[in-house]
Amino acid sequence: MGDAEWGGLPIAASAVDVARGDTQVLQGVDVLIERGTRTFILGENGAGKSTLLRVLHGLIAPTRGTVTWGGDTSRPPRQAMVFQRPVLLRRSAAGNVRHALKLAGVRGSSAQRCIEHALAHVGLAALAKRPARVLSGGEQQRLALARAWALAPDVLFLDEPTASLDPPSARAVEAIVNDIHALGTTIVMTTHHLAQAKRLADSVVLLQAGRVAEHTAAAQFFSEPCSTYGRAFLEGERL
Amino acid sequence: MNTIAESFSVALAMITHLDPRVTAIVALSLGVSLTSTVCSAVIGLPLGAAVAIGRFPGRGPLIVALNAAMGLPPVVVGLLVYLLLSRAGPLGSMGLLFTPQAMVIAQTVLIVPLVAALTRQIVEDAWIEYREQLRSLDSSWLQSTLTLLWDTRWSLLTVVLAGFGRAASEVGAVIIVGGNIDGITRVMTTAIALETSKGDLPLALGLGIVLITLVTTLNLGAHVTRQWARARLG
Repeated sequence: MGDAEWGGLPIAASAVDVARGDTQVLQGVDVLIERGTRTFILGENGAGKSTLLRVLHGLIAPTRGTVTWGGDTSRPPRQAMVFQRPVLLRRSAAGNVRHALKLAGVRGSSAQRCIEHALAHVGLAALAKRPARVLSGGEQQRLALARAWALAPDVLFLDEPTASLDPPSARAVEAIVNDIHALGTTIVMTTHHLAQAKRLADSVVLLQAGRVAEHTAAAQFFSEPCSTYGRAFLEGERL
Repeated sequence: MNTIAESFSVALAMITHLDPRVTAIVALSLGVSLTSTVCSAVIGLPLGAAVAIGRFPGRGPLIVALNAAMGLPPVVVGLLVYLLLSRAGPLGSMGLLFTPQAMVIAQTVLIVPLVAALTRQIVEDAWIEYREQLRSLDSSWLQSTLTLLWDTRWSLLTVVLAGFGRAASEVGAVIIVGGNIDGITRVMTTAIALETSKGDLPLALGLGIVLITLVTTLNLGAHVTRQWARARLG
């Protein structure tokens, strides 16, 4: 089967190291992201969560080790990423979605349908013509999700998308992520909110100082972590 | 003191009555400077953006060279273009020396580094902000360059106007390659220099007032446009 059929899945990171200068950000990381799952990457600040997410997306090349997408070493199309701080262009909300579609080769009336559909799904249809950068933080993050949604990605990467949002905005983002997952998109997300991970995750990758401390089903992780560090991590959150 | 006051009075009268000598010189000045500004924008904007986004051997020295070239002395540029266009020069057969085209070339050489260096800084700042998002969207190098140029267009407008200001107000390069020939290559700055040395202060003052008004108005327009864009587009 070709890449289009596999959609670049599963994503397999094998013995991945990432170094920045003298600092080892990731060390010997093995992770497998299966099709249709919601994998949450957890860990303390500086554990390497965002770096691992970028490695899995193909934005950062490992210093050592390999990453494959559906068995291929080249990053496939139909992936999207939403960053903690939405990066929006100086154009309208609809213009931001249109720009992403244009890069993906979608133009004309089909692009217009995608834009309207995506903005409607995140509740921004009424703000389609509003300049993206004057939207509120929550609206900007929903617009970033709409941009990702319009691309109909096989895999959606989210880097702490609710970190700077108030609880209602965070719940709105969670609902949208669930909707996108329901369409068959594989979700890979980092977060500091254990409650959020408990609500949304199918599996959890727990990082400790750049190494995988635990990669288990979410239900098991939250009820009975396999690792000592996992138990300490959850205990710390409860304190 | 009376002479200065009278000169101002005559100069203002020349402007308000659209004195043919003033209008001819202003028209040629605008033609030359606007043309060189457009040429500089066409060369300098993509060049600056390419240096901002590209990673290639020699990029660091190129940035230093572009920054240093912003301070190129106009007379040196004039001399180099003169040597290029003179009969014995490599482009002498084109017969461009002492024509408005030669002045356009000299001004373009003078302001391309300014436009390219400032564009490089603005686009690089935007690139730092947008890089991961654009790479995530599989944006090609060319697509990223065009996206960044479009998204920073209001800041780049100020850069282009700064280039126009330098072109319109420089005298050293155009007087060397243009020759300050009455009715052919005499522009505001060269006319001011000549008329002052001749003691014709009213014409020199009148052209000076027009030049300052022109540059101030353009920069005011750019400032207002940027403020509007910032409020409108964030």
